[in-house]
Amino acid sequence: MLNSDAFDLRKYVQRNSQSVAVWIALLALIVFGILRYDNFGGSYNFGSFLNYNSMFIVIALGMCFVIITGGIDLSVGSVAAFSSVIAAYLSPYGLEVALPLALLVGMTFGAFNAFCIIALRIPPFIATLATMLGAKGAALVISGASTVAVDWGSNFTNMGMNKAFDLFPWSIIIVTIVGIALWIVLEMTSLGRTILAIGGGEDASKLMGLKVNRAKAFVYIISGGCAGLAGVILASGFGAGQPLEGVAWELSAIAAVVVGGTLLTGGLGSIPATVAGALLLGLVFNILNFENGRGTISFSAYWQMVIRGAFLFAVILFQTRMTKGRKSKGASA
Amino acid sequence: MTVLLEMNAIQKAFNGVPALSGASVEIERGEVHALIGQNGAGKSTMIKVLTGVYRRDDGKITFNGHDSVLTNPREAQAAGIATIYQELTLVPLRSVTENVMMGYEPKRFGAFIDWPAAHARTREILTRFGIDIDVKMPLGSYSTAIQQLVAIARAVSLDAKLVIMDEPTSSLDSSEVKTLFGVVRSLREAGVSVLYVSHFLDELFEICDRVTTMRDGKTVGCARLAETTKLDLIAGMLGRDTSEITEAGMTEFGGGTAKKGDILLEAKDVATGPRLTKFNMTLHRGEIVGLGGLLGAGRTEAARALFGVDPLRRGTISLKGAPAPSQPANAITAGLGYLTEDRKAEGIIPDMSVRENMTLALLPRMTKGGQIDRARERKIVQHYIDALGIKTADMEQPIRELSGGNQQKVLLARWLAIEPDILILDEPTRGVDVGAKREIQLIIRNFVDRGYSVVLISSEFEELVEGADRIVVLNEGRCITELTNPGVTEHKLVQALAQTSEASA
Repeated sequence: MLNSDAFDLRKYVQRNSQSVAVWIALLALIVFGILRYDNFGGSYNFGSFLNYNSMFIVIALGMCFVIITGGIDLSVGSVAAFSSVIAAYLSPYGLEVALPLALLVGMTFGAFNAFCIIALRIPPFIATLATMLGAKGAALVISGASTVAVDWGSNFTNMGMNKAFDLFPWSIIIVTIVGIALWIVLEMTSLGRTILAIGGGEDASKLMGLKVNRAKAFVYIISGGCAGLAGVILASGFGAGQPLEGVAWELSAIAAVVVGGTLLTGGLGSIPATVAGALLLGLVFNILNFENGRGTISFSAYWQMVIRGAFLFAVILFQTRMTKGRKSKGASA
Repeated sequence: MTVLLEMNAIQKAFNGVPALSGASVEIERGEVHALIGQNGAGKSTMIKVLTGVYRRDDGKITFNGHDSVLTNPREAQAAGIATIYQELTLVPLRSVTENVMMGYEPKRFGAFIDWPAAHARTREILTRFGIDIDVKMPLGSYSTAIQQLVAIARAVSLDAKLVIMDEPTSSLDSSEVKTLFGVVRSLREAGVSVLYVSHFLDELFEICDRVTTMRDGKTVGCARLAETTKLDLIAGMLGRDTSEITEAGMTEFGGGTAKKGDILLEAKDVATGPRLTKFNMTLHRGEIVGLGGLLGAGRTEAARALFGVDPLRRGTISLKGAPAPSQPANAITAGLGYLTEDRKAEGIIPDMSVRENMTLALLPRMTKGGQIDRARERKIVQHYIDALGIKTADMEQPIRELSGGNQQKVLLARWLAIEPDILILDEPTRGVDVGAKREIQLIIRNFVDRGYSVVLISSEFEELVEGADRIVVLNEGRCITELTNPGVTEHKLVQALAQTSEASA
């Protein structure tokens, strides 16, 4: 820590109580899984779990930025689907062409969202809802409403299928790098500070001369870029561009961000806690699959959704209770 | 005339801090009764106690001959007390008829709304007030004044005996004010009482019968308007005897001592909207210029114009001889800082730490290649925590946990840290305790003594009179006169205000 004061864990926990809940729940679930199931902690489960969830993690990262400013981005699922199709079409030219261009496509959708929200003053919910519908339709149009097979001869599928260090696909490495980069932006740069300030009070931020519009444009473009990256991971990992995928991904991402302690009203948020939130939501499914594997009880896919909903509710309840204690303490001080 | 409402010796405290301590008001039937006082005098608390929003701790309320134990606004409405708030509480997207009739629509077969009857009844109610509009149109398509009148009409149609109006004219133009006054008069003739809260004293003399003055949670006087003067009312609000207003020397400020440097900032005939129509001011290096006036006089609007927040409709502002920037970000680069009046909404970022709050405006100068220079940031923050005596556990404490005075010091530090040539301070000592207030005043004085300049806005005349080198006096959005220290007393400032408002009436 750069902090010259001695690090005080109690104080740290107290000030970050909104994201403490997610870490406790995540740890508890992992410990539970390792104790109860034989192969839970094995490298195969580890790798495939991360592989599948890396898409949701990267989308949640972008969403976290948007929500911190007090906005929302509903278009991420459709944009991911669209860019997966683009990536599949570009796959014969290799990863070095398909990845940056699909990213660019995602960022263009983000830039369009930003333009609607900042210049046309359309509320984020509406603007990104329109983009969500538009991108979905465009994905179906350019793909003819069916999956687009990637070129297996090029290096495109290496990203989603070849393993780094014999452990997990390269896509995980890329998502990790993106996560760390965004974490640094949020915590260490004036841009990050501005993003947090906008969510805490947009009027106050403007009066302080902060570049509010620039920061808002940044978060939507980043969110679009993250969705684009998720699309590439999707196409590369499953061998096809998938125009029908991405349904309700924005809701999973919002859930991950909220579970990670980011306030929907903005102003507070953490990148690591968002990752933890996305992992937590994925882990609930993973555990349920293992439970089914034991053969004693069998949860259908529908029951799994119900259980995940109940779990999400419990974590949020736990979190709000902790935050409430903290808030009332502040008010009486 | 008989008494309709009597509130006697009302006590109300929040978390042990008294907001009302022995406040009383008495309103007769068919009387238009004014309630005045400075910010924080307890006017709105009084109204909220009356309408059941707050529960009184002690005291007695008699309304319409009965002891009143109203516990919520609904009961107040049922008892015949209607409140017209500053922010209208109607539904602008629905028709006028729906707004007037909502919850009391005439029915057919006991279930279906009888629309023709509803429209006819609404028209009839509005005509009584001399309003002739299409009642089927959405309420929001009419002006604020009409909307306000519709709100009043609804209240009266619900058989209100007392209508409370909170700053009803603050967003109306002069012809709309006339219409409103017509409605108030017709209420009086119909035997309905009106409790009229306003900062515009001229209005009171035109429309009200009696006036109750509040200060620091107490009632300090009640008079017939025909038998009082503006000077008396202002003196009553400020808690000064008109004959005793003298140079008291009670603050740490020493105004009028500055040597005039070159002109830094100059505003000529500036207008930004209905609340600021003609503003003139010059600010020299090393000088504190105060903006004086009652609430709603246009002081905050003037500050916003100077800082480039509100676009100018007329006039010019020049900064160091060049046209002044029209964006806050550029104004900051050009050497301006603006401490806002509304600390909660426009000042602090509540969830951010003391450190982050203090350095937000400084970020552009503290960043190397996009990265914040953390070591430098900590050094600057520690310097100001020590220099201003900010009481905080450490610099990572969220600012919302600090007391009002310490929050204010952090915001002051935010602007001092960018080392501006000119600081605009809007109510820098409002809501802070006496100790912190003196410290803040000293900080301002030291800042100016180092050759910088300050535009000071304060509702406390004492602070203004003793702190400022010159005072530009505003009334209803216009500059009226300018007073130069030494020699300015509260008495002179109050007189200037009273005379100018008489002259403009």
